This record gives sequence, C-alpha cells and structure tokens, in this order.
Amino acid sequence: MVQKNDSLAKLQYGMYKLKAKDLNLYYGKKQALKDVTINITANTVTAFIGPSGCGKSTFLRCFNRMNDLIPDVTIKGEVMIDDIDIYKNIIDVYAYRKQIGMVFQKPNPFPKSIFENVAFGLRINGEKSKSVLEETVEYALKQAALWDEVKDNLQKSAMALSGGQQQRLCIARAIAVQPSVLLMDEPASALDPISTAKIEELIYELKSKFTIVIVTHNMQQAARISDKTAFFYLGELIEYDNTDKIFTNPAKNATQNYITGRFG
Amino acid sequence: MSGIKIKSEKVIELVMLLCSLVSVITTLGIILVLSIDTFKFFQEVSLFDFLTDTQWTPLFEDKHFGILSLLSGTLLTTTIAVIIAVPVGITIAVYLNEYASKKFTYVVKPLLEILAAIPTVIYGFFALQFVTPLLQKFIPGLSGFNALSPGIVMGVMIIPYITSLSEDALRAVPKSLREASYGLGANRFQTAFSVLVPAANSGIIVSVILAISRALGETMIVAIAAGQEPKLTFNPLESVETITTYIVQVSMGDVPQDSMEYRTIFAAGITLFMFTFLLNNISFWIRKKYEQRYE
Amino acid sequence: MNKELISANVKDKVFKVFAITCTGMALLTLLILIIDILIKGLSRINWSFFVNLPSRHPEQSGIYTALAGMVSLLFITLIIALPIGILSGIYLQEYGNRNRLAKFIEINISNLAGVPSVIYGILGLELFVRMAGFGNSILSGALTLALLIMPVIIVSTREAIKAVPDTMREAAFGLGATKLQTIWRVVLPASFGGILTGVILSISRAIGETAPLIVVGALAYVPFIPEGPMDQYTSLPIQIFNWTSRPQQGFIDNAAAGIIVLLVFTFLLNGIAVVLRNRWYRKTTA
Repeated sequence: MVQKNDSLAKLQYGMYKLKAKDLNLYYGKKQALKDVTINITANTVTAFIGPSGCGKSTFLRCFNRMNDLIPDVTIKGEVMIDDIDIYKNIIDVYAYRKQIGMVFQKPNPFPKSIFENVAFGLRINGEKSKSVLEETVEYALKQAALWDEVKDNLQKSAMALSGGQQQRLCIARAIAVQPSVLLMDEPASALDPISTAKIEELIYELKSKFTIVIVTHNMQQAARISDKTAFFYLGELIEYDNTDKIFTNPAKNATQNYITGRFG
Repeated sequence: MSGIKIKSEKVIELVMLLCSLVSVITTLGIILVLSIDTFKFFQEVSLFDFLTDTQWTPLFEDKHFGILSLLSGTLLTTTIAVIIAVPVGITIAVYLNEYASKKFTYVVKPLLEILAAIPTVIYGFFALQFVTPLLQKFIPGLSGFNALSPGIVMGVMIIPYITSLSEDALRAVPKSLREASYGLGANRFQTAFSVLVPAANSGIIVSVILAISRALGETMIVAIAAGQEPKLTFNPLESVETITTYIVQVSMGDVPQDSMEYRTIFAAGITLFMFTFLLNNISFWIRKKYEQRYE
Repeated sequence: MNKELISANVKDKVFKVFAITCTGMALLTLLILIIDILIKGLSRINWSFFVNLPSRHPEQSGIYTALAGMVSLLFITLIIALPIGILSGIYLQEYGNRNRLAKFIEINISNLAGVPSVIYGILGLELFVRMAGFGNSILSGALTLALLIMPVIIVSTREAIKAVPDTMREAAFGLGATKLQTIWRVVLPASFGGILTGVILSISRAIGETAPLIVVGALAYVPFIPEGPMDQYTSLPIQIFNWTSRPQQGFIDNAAAGIIVLLVFTFLLNGIAVVLRNRWYRKTTA
C-alpha cells in the first residue's frame, strides 16, 4: 500500500526529482556550463564524471544554489526540484538549502563537538528540545554508520576524529535535517581505501531514502555505486545514461576515450 | 679565497645576531630599571600599604602610597574603552568579512586604520575640547575632567586594532566551513555567529586582549582629558588619574632624583608593565597554541 | 517558512543595519575630529605660525622650534633604529628560524611591541638621561624613540622578507651565491618595497609619540633651535600638549593649528605607505 502511494507520488512529480533545462553558467565572461539538460530520478544514485574543470562540480552546486556565494556568477536556464524552479520560484534560498544535503570534497566538520556538529542544522532551525536533538543525532549517526564508533564520545571534538570518520560525520550532519536530496562533491577523494569503501557502502544504503548525486573523478567508484552516469566535458553534458551502458557501450566517442583513459 | 668569504660571512652574521640581541637587552633593561628603583621604593613603603591604602598622595605633605587609586582610574577608563570597542570592532570585522562587498572593504579598511594612526595627543585634544563639552550638554553633572570622555575616545581609537586582527582571524577560517554551513541552510547571520566566530574565537580573543593592553598603557588621551586626581572610584563622571598620567605628571614637575617622589614612578610603572606583560604573553600563547589548527 | 527562520532572517537584517551604523559611527568620529580641528585651528595657519618662536602671546607663537626639534629628533632616531632594526629582521628571518635563541628573541619582540610607550620613557630616563649622562638632550629622546620603533621595523622587515618566494633564493644558491650574497643581491632588492613601507609607518609612529618624550625631558618651552645632539629640544606633539593644557582660548587655537600640521604629516606618511604597499604587493604577486 505504502509502496503504491510512493510510486503514485512519483508519477505526480513527473517521476523526476531533479531537472535542469538549457542551463548556462558564466563566471564573469567565461562560460562554465553550456546548455546542460538532465533529468534525475528520485531515489537513485547519479554519478557525474569527467576531467577536472569540466563543470561537474559547478553543475552539482547549481542544485542547492551554492554558486550564489561566488561573486560574478550568472546563471541562465532552469533548475527544478519537484518541478519547482529553484532560481525563479524559491524566495528563501536558506530554507531551500535545508532540503538539500551537501557533502564536500574534504571533510569539513565545525570545530565543535560531534554532537553539536550533527545538531547544527536543527539548532539553526530553532530546535531546542533536548530529546528531539538527541534522537535526531543518534538517528543521523546511525544512518551514517558512525554511531557505534562515537556513541560514547559525543562530546569529544569532531576535529579529533579520523578523516574517514569526519567525512561520515559530515554525511550525518547533512542528513540530520532530513533532506530529500544528497549532493556529494568527490566525498571520498581525500580518504584512504578502507574509509572509501565504507562511504560507498553507505551511499548504497542511503539510496532508499535520498536522491543522491555524486561527483567523482574515480570511474571505478562511479561504476560501483551509481545507477546512472553523466559524462561532462568542457562544460557540456556529453552523455547521460544507465551506468552499465556508459561503461560498457557508450554512444559517444568522447565518453569512450575518457573511460578508457585516453584523456583526463 | 672562499675561506675568507665564509669567514667574513660569519662576522656579518655575528653582527646581525648582536643587533637582534638589542631587543632582548631592551626587555631586560626595562625589567631591571623598573625593579631596582621599585626595590628602593619598597624599602620605605610596605607592599601591604601599596596594595591596600586607598590614597595616593606622594607629592603632598601627608604621603600615602596606595596604588589602588591609580589602578582604579586606569581600569575605569580602560573598561569604558573596551565596552565601546569590543562590540563595535567585532561587528565591523564580521560585516567586512561576510556581508560587505569587496569594494566597500577596500575603501573602509584603510579609513578605519587611520583611526589607529592618529597621534594620541590629538585624541586627547579632541576628548577635552570636543567630546567633554558635548557630553556636558547631556550629562549636567559631568566635570571638565572625567573618565567617560577619554574612555570613549580611547574606545574609538582601539576599534581598528580589534577589527583588523579579528578580520584576519575570520578570513583564516577555511572556506569549506562556510560552505558546510550554507549547505545546511544557515543564513549569513547564522553562518557568521554559529560557525565563523566560534571557529575564529582564538584570534578574536587575541585581538581583544591586545586592545585591552593598548588601552591600559595609553597615556596622552587620559593625561589631557581625565584629570590628575588619584581617587578610588568607579564613577565615570568624576575626574580620575591613571598610572600613565601620574608618570607624566611627575616627569613634568621638578622632582629631585633619588627622592621618594622620583621612585614612585617606577613602582607605578612596574605595576602597569606587569599588567601589559601578562596580557601580551597570554595573547602570544593563545596565538601559538591555535596557529596550526587548520593546517 | 517557520518562525525560527523568519527570526533568523530578521536577525540578519538587524545585524546588517547595526553593523553599517557601527562602521558609520567610527568613520563619522574621524570626520568630526578632522572638521572640529579644522574649525578651531585653520585660522591660525599662516606663514608666521611656522617661523615664529614660542611666546607668551598666543597670536605671536609659532612652531618653528617644535618643527626643528622634531626633524632633528627623527633624523637621529632613524640613524640608530634603521640599521639595527633591519639587520635584526634579516637575521631572525633568514638565519634564526632554526635555533632556540631566535624563538626567544621573537617572543621578546612581540612583548616589546606591547609595552606601553610611557614605560620606554622610564627606561630612557634611567638609562640615557641619568646613567649615560645625556641629560634632557635630543640624543636621549632619539635613543628612547629608537628603542620604541625598533619592533615595528623588525616585524615589517621580517614580513617583507618572508614574502620573497623560496624559488628566488634557490635560483641564487643554484648559481653558486653564498647565503649573504643571496640576501644582499636577491632577497633585499625583492623585499625593498615592504621594508620601506615598514620604515615609513615607524616614522609615522615616531613623530606622534608624546608621552615617552615628556618623561625623558623634552621641554615645553624652547626659544632656540637645537644645533647638536646634546642640545635641549621640544617637539611638535609636546608643543601641542603644552598648548592644550592652557586655559586661554588663543593657545587652544594654536594647539588645533599644530594638530593640523601633525595630522598632515601623519596622513601623508600613511598615504605613502598604503600606496607603496599596494604597488609592492602587485609586483610580488604578479
């Protein structure tokens, strides 16, 4: 029954959680994104790949309007979440960003305790109830597969955790505000292989609750964890398809060249 | 040939080392000079009287040597200055760092720094000839010499110290923390005060400590506008005398060397020096301790 | 939008207004200070004000001896402070990074920079005026000021040298230059602008200092021009201080006029420093 309602909801949203249409982005006069159009299905993992400087991170940051923080950025075109244009119809960008979790390249915990890091999003929302905070922190840390490692040390400084733990803490911090989308910008690039494996496993599990978009420069990683893959080159979206298809039988030559390691 | 070259290099290196030692000698000199005459001072005045007597009248017939009356004047003017400068200084730092456009910061910062470059004798004139008469219009009982007016002016003077150092500290907070905060939906205000200020707190504390130290040792503003009446009071509307003013006052008079009056300026000086020395070392220690935090 | 969010947005707006008010008030104070002094002092600025000796009659008083005293004082101060300060800065940055002594000296300098200027006055009083027997001479004043501005010179020299990229040093070493040659021919020319900026700022500091000079015996009334380093002297800030504490309005106006002159010097020096700093940074970062 629940299942059916879910899919019904999806149908009503037109299936797609995130959309971009004819998106162009300029840093000053330099064009960084060219006519990008993409539709991203809810509860899937989508990987953005491409050589550095291809615009994949810039594009990712369009979905929660992080590019607003950079002066001289011009954006033309549409970016939609649940069919709402986030550049035209979102009045309060801060409230909007709460629906979108973001995990960054390098772990960036605040210099506060583990607990306060995860509770940060709730606190800025005005949540004061201790029990709600505790429950949410526990829930988020469990979701991020970090709970067992830190449950006895919640008041310890987050800076004392290892790099891999810090990154999972940042994931917990992002999902504590219960977003529907998780944006991840090369979340494992600064981590060792064991921590990377843990993060990948985590991403796979989180898929059931979130729509995940991940930027990665690691093609094996994209192949392992994503349902769909988008290949970017020089600011353009070259190819976007099921991950299997992209990695075994890409339609475009550029994609083929990139995944076989001929450039990038 | 190269042997001579290396030898002469060693000589020059030694000369440079000797130059560097001048600063060490200066510090030692300050401590020694202050201590020796202070020692002589305490052969005639007991430390207990110095710390507990509530009167300071070395230049009168009935001599009292209670440093508290000078200390209270010093602390009073410093407190007024800090009350003004700390909130304003930090607010401006946050604003320049997180809100203002680059152009605005580019113009405003050097203008603010002018405030710290103006010779303090000018501020003294301003306090006595402009601020005090202005305040007297609003506060009828305000005497011509008072702690309030130089305190306020001193506060304005130390704003750039706090702003400049706090802004450096805020700017040193990694961009990734800002992004994390904005990514969670925090607005500018929340990002500034829940993330950036706490992350930069050691630098901000250092800026406040240095500003306090600067205010404690400030001389001309208080010497001109606060008066020369040592008294144990915390009423900002009365005239007070600070340690620094007293030193100037004695220096201007004809005080015979090796007299008790002469030694008082060393005892007063060492009291001031101990306060600022302590504050400077605390700030140095904080800076060293937190310097590597984000590397 | 929930309640907390609205209040966060309100706080954001309120803070913005408050911050602009704070900035405005600080700059307004600066503006008022300048205007107030111009109103009080501008009428006294004329040629005779610059060439007259001090006098009991305010309208006949001038700043001739004060200016002459200030220039002589500054000259001797720089002769003493520049070589010692710059050499010491070079040593600490280029040679001293490794040893414990250098660390100790560094703590020392940061401490000295925080010592109230009036304390330097006490040091000068005991060391130069009394023990060395220089009395209330220009030399005593200059030695005291030299100690006072030395930390400024050392710190800015170090920072200017630090900004020279290591690749430049390596290039010089690679060509067989000794350490001293590298410093003399590569590092110092490359950091010249930065060092000069620091020197100018230290001059600005030196011309405004009042308290330590009072303590080491700069006089309020000097009716002659000093001719040698052992002469007695007065200086512009001392003259201003003296006039400020007179009850007659005429002297207050003189003080304001003296302040205009002192402010022009201060602004000029700081302006040059800002321009130099900007030009030099552009050169090193380009």
